[in-house]
Amino acid sequence: MADKLVADKHVRYILMAEKKKESFESVVMDHLRMNGAYWGLTTLDLLDKLGSVSEDEVVSWVMTCQHESGGFAGNTGHDPHVIYTLSAVQILALFDKLSILDVQKVSSYIAGLQNEDGSFSGDMWGEVDTRFSYIAICCLSILKCLDKINVKKAVDYIVSCKILDGGFGCTPGAESHAGQIFCCVGALAITGNLHHVDKDLLGWWLCERQDYESGGLNGRPEKLPDVCYSWWVLSSLIMIDRVHWIEKGKLVKFILDCQDMDNGGISDNPKDAVDIFHTYFGVAGLSLLEYPGVKPIDPAYALPVHVINRILFTK
Amino acid sequence: MHGRPRNASKPEEEAASAAKAVQLRSLQSQFMTNHHDKIYTNEAIELSTKLLEINPEAYTAWNYRKLAVEDRLARIEPDPNLVSAILDEELRVVESALRQNFKSYGAWHHRKWVLSKGHSSVGNELRLLEKFQKLDSRNFHAWNYRRFVVELTNRSEQDELQYTDDMINNNFSNYSAWHNRSVLLSSLLAQNADGFMPNIKIPEEYDFVHSAIFTEPDDQSGWFYHLWLLDQTLNVETPLLTSSWPSHGSSIILSGAGCLSGSSSMFTTFCSESGSFPLILYFDQAVGGVSSSTVTIDSELKGNEGLVWEPIPNKNSQVSCVWVARLKYVSSDPCEYKVKIRVGNSPGIVSSRGYNFNAPYEFVFTAHVHDTVEDSQEGIVSWTDGFDIWDAKSKDLNSLVTLDRLNAEMDFKWRQEAIDSEVECFGILPDSKIGKLTLARLLMAREAMVSDDAVKGVHYEEILQLYNDLMALDSSHYQYYKDEHSKAFLHKVTSSSESLSRHLLRYRDMNNLVCLRLNNLSLSRIASVEKLLFVQMLDLSHNELHSTEGLEAMQLLSCLNLSHNRIRSFSALDSLRHVKQLKVLDVSHNHIGKHSVDTTRYLCSSPLSNSELGQDDVGKQNPGLVTKYWDAYCVLRDLNLKQLDIAGNEIAGEEFSSFVLQVVPKLVWLDGQKKLGN
Repeated sequence: MADKLVADKHVRYILMAEKKKESFESVVMDHLRMNGAYWGLTTLDLLDKLGSVSEDEVVSWVMTCQHESGGFAGNTGHDPHVIYTLSAVQILALFDKLSILDVQKVSSYIAGLQNEDGSFSGDMWGEVDTRFSYIAICCLSILKCLDKINVKKAVDYIVSCKILDGGFGCTPGAESHAGQIFCCVGALAITGNLHHVDKDLLGWWLCERQDYESGGLNGRPEKLPDVCYSWWVLSSLIMIDRVHWIEKGKLVKFILDCQDMDNGGISDNPKDAVDIFHTYFGVAGLSLLEYPGVKPIDPAYALPVHVINRILFTK
Repeated sequence: MHGRPRNASKPEEEAASAAKAVQLRSLQSQFMTNHHDKIYTNEAIELSTKLLEINPEAYTAWNYRKLAVEDRLARIEPDPNLVSAILDEELRVVESALRQNFKSYGAWHHRKWVLSKGHSSVGNELRLLEKFQKLDSRNFHAWNYRRFVVELTNRSEQDELQYTDDMINNNFSNYSAWHNRSVLLSSLLAQNADGFMPNIKIPEEYDFVHSAIFTEPDDQSGWFYHLWLLDQTLNVETPLLTSSWPSHGSSIILSGAGCLSGSSSMFTTFCSESGSFPLILYFDQAVGGVSSSTVTIDSELKGNEGLVWEPIPNKNSQVSCVWVARLKYVSSDPCEYKVKIRVGNSPGIVSSRGYNFNAPYEFVFTAHVHDTVEDSQEGIVSWTDGFDIWDAKSKDLNSLVTLDRLNAEMDFKWRQEAIDSEVECFGILPDSKIGKLTLARLLMAREAMVSDDAVKGVHYEEILQLYNDLMALDSSHYQYYKDEHSKAFLHKVTSSSESLSRHLLRYRDMNNLVCLRLNNLSLSRIASVEKLLFVQMLDLSHNELHSTEGLEAMQLLSCLNLSHNRIRSFSALDSLRHVKQLKVLDVSHNHIGKHSVDTTRYLCSSPLSNSELGQDDVGKQNPGLVTKYWDAYCVLRDLNLKQLDIAGNEIAGEEFSSFVLQVVPKLVWLDGQKKLGN
């Protein structure tokens, strides 16, 4: 049973993982290194240790992943996709290096992926999912080019994915899932459209994700609690001002219990192996729970508040 | 890592892993070369197959395969057998990848892509789905894919409904099946399909879902479905007008800013510097299209042609439950005017779900315009002294008569019967959380449907007790039940003139303002605002409120006391920006400035507009402070406060106080001190 956040160990875990590029786990996830970098670097910033990495090295590697279409790939040589484009932009935002981007190019890539019905494809191959709606809106908002897309249609499409339990799915008619809910609520939040959300109905669905015994949150009914939902459920609850409906203390305890107290890193539950993904979500969750020593994170942009304010408060 | 136990790996394992890594690395780099050089030979394609077998998440490999398929299709004869062979291979690769990881987005999408080329049979796809849904009946990729196939092949909704029947009968603990059921049923009911009349179908569904809830009360699979059924039972699709201010048959006194001699204790007196008063319409659901053509006003008050109606608070969306127009009057021209309002005079008022407001409603009130006698005083407003008891003969509580919402609804009977039957079922369920919660909701529903005044309010004691029980039984969700308890409590208070008048007073010093005292009641939530539109002074001090959500409809509010609550930020007070009458605000002894996480930031207008902050004089002189206190700035600059209390908050201090005085130059009283220069 853990009673504190071993921040230093997590920092060390992240820095080591960054270097261990040749383990099987790393090679298998080669294609999503951009996401991994975003998770690791944001966690470092939340723990006030972003200075531990070489900014120049990271930034120049990020830029090698940009495709001629303007989009970014998950790693050098791979194909572009909005998922990695957002992570790339977020990483540059962390380092306050958005100015090196050809904003026109990146935003055109994303805007070009909006479909007639307002939805977004992930890449030229046409997969449609509300995750991509969130990604497009979040990314363009950071780049201050939201006017490049049809925001009204984008919002209408997201609202069409709202379901009868108050939640949102990946496409119209699809089941509620905390990850999709985060994406839809986040997109609506960024565009000032949260009045489309039935906050009480969705709030109840979300607060019932908390497992009575462990205090952890699951992603949908009758599933196991998992640290990553500490982010997706929690940030959604915060955006709609219903976070007081869960028991925060219990959730803090669950997250702390998922730490590897010896080697650092956080896992999805106390018994499993740790990884960067869950380390990020655990720390981000603790940030939203106002855990001491962790900087505040913005629930919609999934970036530290000071980074978002830096972007939003300047013209 | 899901499903990987946390173990220190042994040296043999590490060696094996390293070897696998080298092999995969080599495969990947060969693949990349093929991809970049656009090599689509059989060998190259076989390589990508191997790669995807090991790593179905390598999305670039799926892209490559699509390019390879297109390349091959372009080179061969348009022979259906040849095409089939190529596409069959793709389907095989997808299936094998899915066996590795049946949650792979890339694999499922590739299959859809192949199918969109007009290949494979419904039978095959449904068989595949059967396999995967047996492995995991909650796999949402499979369910989504199922919907995709159903649409592609025009399978009937009735057949799909039967499928959910089968899945549920097999195992009721299948939220995904219940979810699908609700989507299909919704559609069939909306179409009025054969055999799908709500008055028959909904009661049947209640019976069906009971098996899920009663067998295993802790299993959530049926909960949300039941809640949906309740919503279908309760909610009338056509929008209705719930309340208005002024209300039908009421009399109001209008005046300029200042004091009247001998002001009335029988009627509401409204004083305005701007010479206009708000006309408020409160609908039961969000509607659009409220305008001077759909709402007509018949009166002798001059200057009110082409009235502008505004939705509160959403300027963004043009739909809202609350709509306000401001009628002009001239106080130096005292007279008595009858005002007739006709809502829905012409079609155009439509709910956000697309249903028309189709029963025009007319109401009439009398406005007595008086001249002011003296100049308004700048005395400090007290929350404890200067109050008179509410006159029982006061005519103001006419507004409590909420328009009989269910008049228009013809199939009222089956709704009431369904609720009654559910109440009976849940009444005998042993002490489970879902049992008590559902019963509380059912009783609230029953209260909402009661129109007979004699029976109104009879359920509230039981409802409040149920929520108290739940706070103890399920302490993790204590605050949820607390909020519901507060809502029920306020419904109870406003359920009759008698109970409401126990909380009403008149504030002598301001033309007998109507004051509602709801302090020290452990309220964590505001509710029943539609019944409180006539309130001008509201005391909510010493409660547990953390937001003013809901108060934006109270357009008459000029004094608000929120001291000793749990307000965490000015963004939580954002709804007050719309209460243009507000002159006196007390938010002392709250938690403003104490928390690093802002839970109401996104409920304000889009934060992108934050970059427009600081374009006015205050902003230009104090850019740093405007950024630091952006939410206080947004709220305060939109109001014309005369009196503000902020002491006892972490944000309070020299810097904030001087900032406030710059943003609100006309402020007379700050924390009980009269400001110089005013």
